[in-house]
Order: sequence, then C-alpha cells, then structure tokens
Amino acid sequence: MVSAAAGNNKAFGIDRAANPWSDIPLAEVLLIAGSNCAETFPVLNKFLWQQRDNGGRWIIVDPRETPTARQGDLHLQLKPGTDVALANGMLHVLIEENLIDQAFIDSRTNDWQATRALADDYPPDVASQISGVPAPKIVEAARLYGRAKTAMVMHARGIEHHTNGVNNVLSYINLVLATGKIGKPGSGYGTITGQGNGQGGREHGQKADQLPGQRSILNPEHRKHVCQVWDLPESELPQAGVSVVEMFTKMREGEIRGLLSICNNVMVSLPDINDIRRSLEGLDFYVCIDFFMSEGSRYADVVLPGSAWSEDEGVTCNSEGRVVKINKANNPPGEARADWWIVQEIAQRMGREKYFSFASPREIFEELRIASRGGNADYYGITWEKIEKNNGIFWPCPTEDHPGTPRLFEERFYHGDGKAKFHAIPYNPPNEVPDEEFPLILTSGRVVYQYLSGNQTRRIGFLVEQCPEPYVEVHPETAAKLQIVDGERVRVISRRGEGVFPVLVVRTIRRDTIFIPYHWGEQLAVNQLTNPALDPTSKIPEFKACAARIEKIHSRQLPILGRQRKGASASEVKRG
Amino acid sequence: MEETMFIDPQRCIGCRACVAACRECATHKGYSMIFVDYIDRSETTATMPTVCMHCKEPTCALVCPADAIKVSEDGVVMSALKPRCLDCRNCVNACPFGVPKYNTQIHLQMKCDMCYDRSSEGLKPMCASVCPTGAITFGKYEQIVPLRRTKPVNVHVFGNQKVETKVYLMLPTDAAEVQVGGTETAAPESWIDTQVEHSDKSNEF
Repeated sequence: MVSAAAGNNKAFGIDRAANPWSDIPLAEVLLIAGSNCAETFPVLNKFLWQQRDNGGRWIIVDPRETPTARQGDLHLQLKPGTDVALANGMLHVLIEENLIDQAFIDSRTNDWQATRALADDYPPDVASQISGVPAPKIVEAARLYGRAKTAMVMHARGIEHHTNGVNNVLSYINLVLATGKIGKPGSGYGTITGQGNGQGGREHGQKADQLPGQRSILNPEHRKHVCQVWDLPESELPQAGVSVVEMFTKMREGEIRGLLSICNNVMVSLPDINDIRRSLEGLDFYVCIDFFMSEGSRYADVVLPGSAWSEDEGVTCNSEGRVVKINKANNPPGEARADWWIVQEIAQRMGREKYFSFASPREIFEELRIASRGGNADYYGITWEKIEKNNGIFWPCPTEDHPGTPRLFEERFYHGDGKAKFHAIPYNPPNEVPDEEFPLILTSGRVVYQYLSGNQTRRIGFLVEQCPEPYVEVHPETAAKLQIVDGERVRVISRRGEGVFPVLVVRTIRRDTIFIPYHWGEQLAVNQLTNPALDPTSKIPEFKACAARIEKIHSRQLPILGRQRKGASASEVKRG
Repeated sequence: MEETMFIDPQRCIGCRACVAACRECATHKGYSMIFVDYIDRSETTATMPTVCMHCKEPTCALVCPADAIKVSEDGVVMSALKPRCLDCRNCVNACPFGVPKYNTQIHLQMKCDMCYDRSSEGLKPMCASVCPTGAITFGKYEQIVPLRRTKPVNVHVFGNQKVETKVYLMLPTDAAEVQVGGTETAAPESWIDTQVEHSDKSNEF
C-alpha cells in the first residue's frame, strides 16, 4: 500500500482525493507538501496558475527550492522527514489563534481531544528546532492557511516515502479537519499521484492485501462478496500477501522462489538495489512482462513482450479519482501482446481457464464493475459510453443513472459513523539520521525530463540530451567545506552502497541535505544508497531521507563506464 | 493576425517541451528555434524561454544587406529568404535578443516565425500548443491580459536603443519597461547551464 492510501483510510475511511481539480482555482490558499509538481506533474500547473490568477497564494513545503517552491508565496524549506513536527507546529498556531472550526470538529470528527493535547507540545519554536523552518514562517503559514475562506492541502511522495510516511500524511490531514476546510468548493485535500493510474492501482487488488472496490482481503464480508462474483470457493482465495519490498526480502530468505513482474523495473525503482540484485539472482524462476528490456529484466529467465499504453484499451483512474478511458492507437508490434492476454494465457496453462476466459478488455471491465459494486471504490454505474460522454466519471458511482461523485465528504465521511478521525501523531525521526560518519541527509526524487525508472524516457534522444545522467545537488557552503567544486565527480556513500556523481553546486538546497534524481540503474542509481527501512503501516521504503557522506576522489579513481556514463540505454547508444 | 505571444518566465518549469515541439513545425525543417535557458542554476531553478519578439522595427531586417528578412502584414518577422541570404550573419550579431541563428548545414539564417504556417490559419504556434503551464501563451491581448495578474511589457531598452515588440513579456505589476545591459560581469556559469546550451546547439545548428 502507499502511505497516502493508508493515511486516507485511517482518517476518512476511504482512499481518494477529496476534490476534483476544478476546485483548485477556487482555493484562496494551496498548501503543497513534498511535491515538486512543476517537474513531476506538469499538467497540474495549469490549475495552480489559474488559482494564482484568481489571487490565490501558495505555501510550499519542500527541502529544495524546486520550480514549484520558487513561485511559492511561502516556502517552508524543512529538513527531510520532519513533516510531523512542522504540521503539529502549524496546528499549535491554529489552535492558539482560534483559527479552528469547532463546530465542524464537534459534528463531523472524532478523537480531537488527544490531537489538541498533543499540539500543545509543538509550539512554533519547538517545531522550528526539529524541522529547521524558522518559527515566524511556521506562524505565517498557519495564519495564511487558517484565515483563508477556502484552502486545499495536497501532497506527494516527498512526505510519503518515509518510515513515518503514514504519520506525515495524517498530521497534514489534522490541519484539514481542524479547520473544517474540506468537502466544499475550493476547500479540500488530495494526493498528487506519481504515475498514470497511480490512483487506480490503489483500488482493485493490485496490492497483495486488497480486493476489487477498495475491499480488504482480510475482511470476511469482502471475501465473500468477491468470491461470489468470481464463483470461487473461499478456501481458494489466499490471505494477505506482503508488500513489494518485503517480497524481495523473502526472496533472499528463500521463502519466495519465483517472480512474475509486469512493467516493473525493480533494479532502478526499489531501495538498496544491491540487495534487490541478490534477490533476483537467487530466484528459481523469473518471468518479466515489459515492453522494453530494462535493468531489471536482465535477470529474468523469460521475457514476454507486453504492450505500451497506446497499444491496448481500457480504463485508468487519475489523480482526482476520475475514471478515464484509454483508447487503442496501434497494435503491439511483432510478437508483443496485450498484457491482459499474456496473463490470461499463463492462467489457462496453470489450469485456471475457468476464471480467465475474457475475450476483450471490455469484458474484464464489466466484471470489475460487478466486483467493485457496493465497495468504497464503486465502479458499478460507470460504463465506457458514460466515460466517453462525460469526459470521465468520478467514483463512487453506484448506479447507471448516478452522475458520479466529483467532490467527496460534502455530507459524510466513510467511517461507520460518518465521521472523520483525528490522529495524535508525535514526531519521530527518520530511520537513519546523520551522524559523524554520515553527516548529510540524502534525499532522492525526479527531474522533469525523465519518467519513473527511465525505461521509456532514457530511449528518447532529446530527453537524454537534456538530462543524460544523475547528479548530486550540494549547497555552496557544504561544497566549500568538502573542498569540492561544481562539476567535479565525487563519491557519495551510505551504509548500503556508493556511487560516483557529478556535483551540482546550488543554493536551492539545504546545507544539511543533498539530492540525487533516481531515474537511472546500475552504477548510476541513487538506489544503491537509499534505505529500505519500511513504514510500519504502508510498508513504503524511506527513499526520501537517509544518512550519507561525500568523498572527494582523485581523477584516476574515476570509474570508467564508457558510453553508459551518459545514461543512455543500449539501443540509444547503438543509434548514436 | 491579432493574436500574439505572451511569455511569462515565472511560470516556466524548464521542461523544454517547447524546444522539442518547435522542431515539428512543418516549415522549421526539423530545427528548433526556441531557447530555454537557466538564468543561473547555481542560484535558482528559474528558466526563461526565448522566442522571437517580433520587433515593430526589426533590427535583423534593418541590418540585412540583401533585404532577405521580410515582415508580414500582421507584423511577424520571417526567417531569411533562401535565395537572398548572403550568409553574412549581420542579423545574428545585431539582434538584441540573440534570436536568429545561422544554420551552417543548410546555409540559411533561421529564426522563430511564430509558426506562420500555423498561426496565420488560426492554429497556435507549436511551443504555445504544448506548454503545460501557460509560460508561453498565444492569443489576443484582450483575452489573455485580463486573466493574468502580471503586467504585459513590450518595450525593451538596450543601451540607447529602444525596441517595441509584437510579443509581450509578462512581468511583475510594477515593471515599466525592460532595461538590458550595464557593465557588471556575468558570474561563471554552472556546468548544467553549459550542458543545456550545448544540447540546444546540437539540437539546432
């Protein structure tokens, strides 16, 4: 599960962005935490600037001055992993200055008292000490958010990819609930998802503890409903599996012996890839379905060529919770086949043809409609025709004449009593904090030119030229102390591994923090260094904060990577 | 054409989708004629897109000895006419915005022509059609300006030269005109500025 999903479920009883993005321009203030959405979600910027054109203000929480933070009216440049302290500090100010909505708290939420009591421990100077954000800025941010008639809170991986990821999410949700700024036009809350169908992937059983309709595989009623739809004896439905990082631990322990992966380049995208490599090498059998060879698929015994998004049709659910239709533009080339067809063929050869006899994506969707019926993520009333006609439909949509639900929580939340829950969250530091041996905080993220594990974008000459390889951002004062200069190649070392990266000396990062973008594999991967420690609830690893140090190297020690140094994929090198 | 371009550097996220798209305009022969530069990456993430400003009295055309650079009736300054262009590069050196480039491969000066084949028929120029943030916008003054909280400026002062342009820069509300020049020496560039500049060049000419 992802931290946002776990947090949303705990606080609201459902996992979806609360507002359509058409609400963004109506918000007087946007509080955006841990999201460099300028570079990572460019189309969102249209809405942000509409809001700005309406006179709106932005509060941006980020350890770096990203292109998003650069335009913020208020940039809270916190130390990575200290969001709980910052949010609690803001809550303290909101309470102190009576900017909370007591009527909303009383009528629509539970567990306020404990949260209110906890906020007492986080006056701005304490929050400032922990987070490194000046106290007056915390007060200013709280006032700006609290005094606004309408405001939205949005966040992304920057607060979620932590061992405290769920707690980070919950502490920002506390601000939303305390001020009652939710469920109204221009007031609300949402996650900025990280990829196409980032929301849809959280809804219907892609994770090993879920069933369709945002149901739980551990809930007896949920199991019964889905088994009925699938005509499956309940004894054959497994109990909850483990999350992806835990799977790779179990592979090393020998408990998991085989792997089938679809479009998953784990040798770039998982933390501590040296351990991931050992996991893959130790497998008995690894089948990889992908539409390009990747750093991960090199370890596969069998690679099955799948389809790109434009070579198949079906629905995805976007960041707003709007179900949209992807239309097919072309057939998969050569021996490549649609992913669903490959999965079905494998299932049939495993003797499960009874459950896998679909003739088209549409038939699969028709089954999903019924399987999700009555669940939180209810797709039953959504049809392809309705999606086409209305430019997408927001779930839940329980009946065919239901228009869908663009804005959630207008009247009730999704816990049994219809109320939302506060969570009193004390601050805990990240799993690894800087010490004498590793004095810097390493955080990772994305650049605008590359997408996810780079397996698509590192094949496009234009994009490779713009950003051919990862680099390490270092503050000028830190660089001076280390006696390193802009452009110099240095060794970055953590407890798990090391890599050599050119230095980008920039005033746009904190003195105690360094940043490396993550889109590359092998010797160029920041994930040689990142910490695989997991959030106890969401099991998301701590990509965004680990301890590291920088070592100056002499030129003769530079690793010779030849053309690979440029970050180009094999096919790109051949053409070049 | 009443429409023109509005360039708002505040909104630019440096994605260079405009640079990629410019190459695809039918008359651009596969070359991009828009530039996106880091202002100074060591200090800020700010980036600035540069298109032809389409001057009311274009310096490039004034200095052309062959009269190769023509201005359309609606004020769009064109690339040099191939039969006339002398390869002298006067325009490249004279343009106060540094826009025209000389393409050694096809022996022709080339510059942003507001995608005239598209914009003269009501389509947006390629760059404006792909910009995700509105940093590059194409439209009528009355339609764009009232929507924005920025001031459109189209007077630029370079030393003694005052240039009025068809294209507007969107600036903070207290700005009057753009003053360029002065004697301060430029700070050394970050390597990433140079890398992008290099890729711009290899991309183009």
